[in-house]
Amino acid sequence: MPDKEKKQGTSISRRSFLKGVGTGTVAATVAPSVLIGGEKAADAQEGDAVASATIQLNINGKPYQVEVEARTTLLTVLRDGIDTSGNNVDLTGAKLICDRGECGGCTVMVDGSLVYACMMLAMDAQDKQITTVEGLADGDDLHPVQEAFIQHDALMCGFCTPGFVVSSAALLSENTKPTLEEIKVGLSGNTCRCGTYPFIFDAVKAASKKM
Amino acid sequence: MEKFSYVNATSLEQVTALLSDSGWGEVMLIAGGTDLLAELKEYVETPKTLINLKTLPGMDAIEADASGLKIGALATVADIARHPTIQQHYTVLAQAAGSVATPQIRNVGTLGGNLCQRPRCWYYRDENTHCLKKGGDICYAVDGLSKYHAILGGDPVYIVHPSDLAPALIALGASLKIVGPEGEKTMSLEEFFTLPAANPFRENVLEPNEIVVEVQVPPAKPNSKSFYLKAREKGAPDFALASVAAVFEMDGKTCKSASVVLGGVAPAPWRSKEAEAALTGKMVDDTVSKQAGADAVKDAQPLNDNAYKVTLTQNLISRAAMMATS
Repeated sequence: MPDKEKKQGTSISRRSFLKGVGTGTVAATVAPSVLIGGEKAADAQEGDAVASATIQLNINGKPYQVEVEARTTLLTVLRDGIDTSGNNVDLTGAKLICDRGECGGCTVMVDGSLVYACMMLAMDAQDKQITTVEGLADGDDLHPVQEAFIQHDALMCGFCTPGFVVSSAALLSENTKPTLEEIKVGLSGNTCRCGTYPFIFDAVKAASKKM
Repeated sequence: MEKFSYVNATSLEQVTALLSDSGWGEVMLIAGGTDLLAELKEYVETPKTLINLKTLPGMDAIEADASGLKIGALATVADIARHPTIQQHYTVLAQAAGSVATPQIRNVGTLGGNLCQRPRCWYYRDENTHCLKKGGDICYAVDGLSKYHAILGGDPVYIVHPSDLAPALIALGASLKIVGPEGEKTMSLEEFFTLPAANPFRENVLEPNEIVVEVQVPPAKPNSKSFYLKAREKGAPDFALASVAAVFEMDGKTCKSASVVLGGVAPAPWRSKEAEAALTGKMVDDTVSKQAGADAVKDAQPLNDNAYKVTLTQNLISRAAMMATS
């Protein structure tokens, strides 16, 4: 096997070092010289490495300025972010459930496409239009999908519902008259542990008649 | 996740320069991130720096003309699944792309990421398991829980390659363009993937300072039929228990040539020369298609929990062959 591989196999990561030694003292890791670790985006040139940055996000048509670490996900900003004026972003419709891009509870639209907010870095959401479940209604006028979910009792515990509502709205914006099969495919990235699927499918069918 | 720094890529030269000499794991590439972020969240990888490839211009293009297909590594799986020419002439690829994960993942997951994604083995993905794949001494699947592991080509690491696009593209004869510090090179996609016997730590021959930039597919042959059949545990989105990407050149019910590549059963996409030989030149019927399936798995060595994959693979191949006759 190549030497490089051997080296990797025996190298100690910061985390395993911490665990193994049980102490908080860690030697600084030397980054490649071309990288400028820790620099803030405002001061950095394009192509520099940044550890954190102040970014602009457009969420439900409203601009937000937030400071994030590179590792901060979009979901973290939506739920727990604080903008640079000290206000909570507080868009808790998208749920933190599996945090691995499997359950769909955190589904939002980014430039009209469905994404898992838990698997997107906040820095990657800059300059894009983010729509969360909070952005679907027009004031007190609910989105047709939201009305249909109420009318068809398409929820039990309700925890997965925001994700299903966003996925349903995205599906109907691309395909106003989906077949049952198309509805199933469109919602296949969302999971309901209560098993209300038939009611959800009915609701989407009903909403499609109003689109 | 551990903290890391983030660089927006400006050019391939910049990317390969940043990658140079860092070895594996210190500086990593991110596009869709649906595989990488899961590894970071499990502390399977703890890079110091991520290079964001999405800022590279033009690398998401899909070009289809008489000379075939060119798909940039940043094209999303959803782009591939819904591309009209791919749907019409490269059916196996459109079907494979449509079978990947969920709409939310297809919308951001990229071709390059799909080909270079890491194994889903539960021992590999477990932060606390230092298995052979991660430089330890043991592949725990051998004596452990092996329901989703390899039945072919496993020794000494019994992961399966999780990609759906790779078997489809190999069946179509695709090649891969790679850029490194010394410039670009092209290789067949089949040769890109490696088995654990050659390198237990990686699934392909990519060097730490190289990047996959494009996949090229030759023109579809006339009278060809292609299929991607994927068996999953349930109807719900999932990785393949076993999958078959098959491209047949047919003359009526006679198979003039066959390309059969298996997914989900080996540490690399697995070309079944045995199934191809059993079908080529034959009038395909029930007996011939069953023989092709049986020949494909005759060297299979299942572990404790995955013998079902042998039957499953066999039947998927037979079914694909019979589909070519109708």
